[in-house]
Amino acid sequence: MVTSDDIRTILGSNEALAPVAQQIAEDDSLFDRGLDSFGSVQLMLALEERFGIEFPDEFLTRRSFSTIRAIRETVSAVLQSVAA
Amino acid sequence: MNALAQRAQRAAAVAAQHADAVDREGRFPAEAVAALKAERLLGLQIPSQFEGEGAGLRQVAVVCSTLGQACSNAAMVFAMHHIKVASLVAHGLDSAWHCQLMERIAREQLLVASSTTEAGIGGDLRTSFCAVEAEDGVFSLGKDASVISYGRQADLILATARRHPDAAGSDQVLVALLADQIFLERTSVWDTLGMRGTCSDGFRLEARGLPVAQILPKPFAEIAAQSMLAASHLLWSSVWFGIANAAVDRARAFVQGEARRQPGQVPPTALRLAEVSNTLQALRSAIVAALVRYEDVQGDADAIGSIGFAVMLNNLKTTASEMAVDIVQRALAIVGLAGYKNGTPFSLGRPLRDVLSAPLMIGNDRILANTAKLLLVQKGGGQLMSA
Repeated sequence: MVTSDDIRTILGSNEALAPVAQQIAEDDSLFDRGLDSFGSVQLMLALEERFGIEFPDEFLTRRSFSTIRAIRETVSAVLQSVAA
Repeated sequence: MNALAQRAQRAAAVAAQHADAVDREGRFPAEAVAALKAERLLGLQIPSQFEGEGAGLRQVAVVCSTLGQACSNAAMVFAMHHIKVASLVAHGLDSAWHCQLMERIAREQLLVASSTTEAGIGGDLRTSFCAVEAEDGVFSLGKDASVISYGRQADLILATARRHPDAAGSDQVLVALLADQIFLERTSVWDTLGMRGTCSDGFRLEARGLPVAQILPKPFAEIAAQSMLAASHLLWSSVWFGIANAAVDRARAFVQGEARRQPGQVPPTALRLAEVSNTLQALRSAIVAALVRYEDVQGDADAIGSIGFAVMLNNLKTTASEMAVDIVQRALAIVGLAGYKNGTPFSLGRPLRDVLSAPLMIGNDRILANTAKLLLVQKGGGQLMSA
């Protein structure tokens, strides 16, 4: 089970998003809040480390990491496929 | 030859006629651009409902390479124009103001330039210092644009800026500025080794009291990722292919001339020609494969925004730019002094100087560094026909 607060904690350690992490709403665009391509790679790596998963290439799109909700769904999908 | 190829050839013939003068005088390829307008090639990508031809990047790439064989400057101006148009077409359709603009580009054959580079941020197009200041439906913008290619000659400039004065450097928008709406003061002169006719001078750009409708609604981050990256690397590479192709043509003509003088023998330079034609084919294949991949993902925002696609485009840019330089240098080695000297049928000085810009425009190290970051998460395992 992945919660939005789990995601927010990880966003808090992301250089670009750290100052605003706690104010980001579920569907706010992270890219509009200053996330750039390198920031999103760092975010992906942090999520892989935190949840012990590896995102397959087809999940490595802008949309998969564009909002807290999208991240939660992406991580849940990978966790489920690992469990299955 | 199809009709588009014929139109491109006619424009290229004009460009070729003036290419040496454009280079020598470091002036804008005005005759070539007039010919491109006369052939209605500036509106090629504009959708047909806006009086354009709705062509895709593949057709534009072919024109870029045809022009590249004649005049690198004209080809690069044409490529840069269409990179901006690609963004308008991809992201302007839900804005009435930009739809009207597209109609004007097609009808009046307006030339579009780009202003991303800014003093103090180097070549990082995803960061701006300057900001749009909007109030009561109008906005102002002042930008220290360290480079605007053909800024003086363009009818329209698409400029990046921060969304508002308090926005983060990467929170950017793209604004359309018509030439008669802005004030440009030249701050630096483009006096360079090659690509001298792109007139990429530096300017102080000032715009006041313009309707906010001229700001593209999509965030620039999305525009850069969804259309600009692909259009830039595909069209630049096509220009470089044109330059390299013409250099190999000169080397081939030289070798064949030697062969005719010594019947019954294969000139030693023929072996070098065989090698360079091999590299030229590899360059062509790299570009064509990338164009096909680009067409395959059209309409699939996820695929276009994927890390694999960005890595593929980055790789195309670094590979094509290095190969093109290598090819022209090898052509020069085949031709020898006749290529080193200006004013011979085999002169290669101008194309060599021009193509040396390829690894530098968005420096290959910057692109490799970006790819390196993306590879930290990409998983690989791609198949021959799919990645």
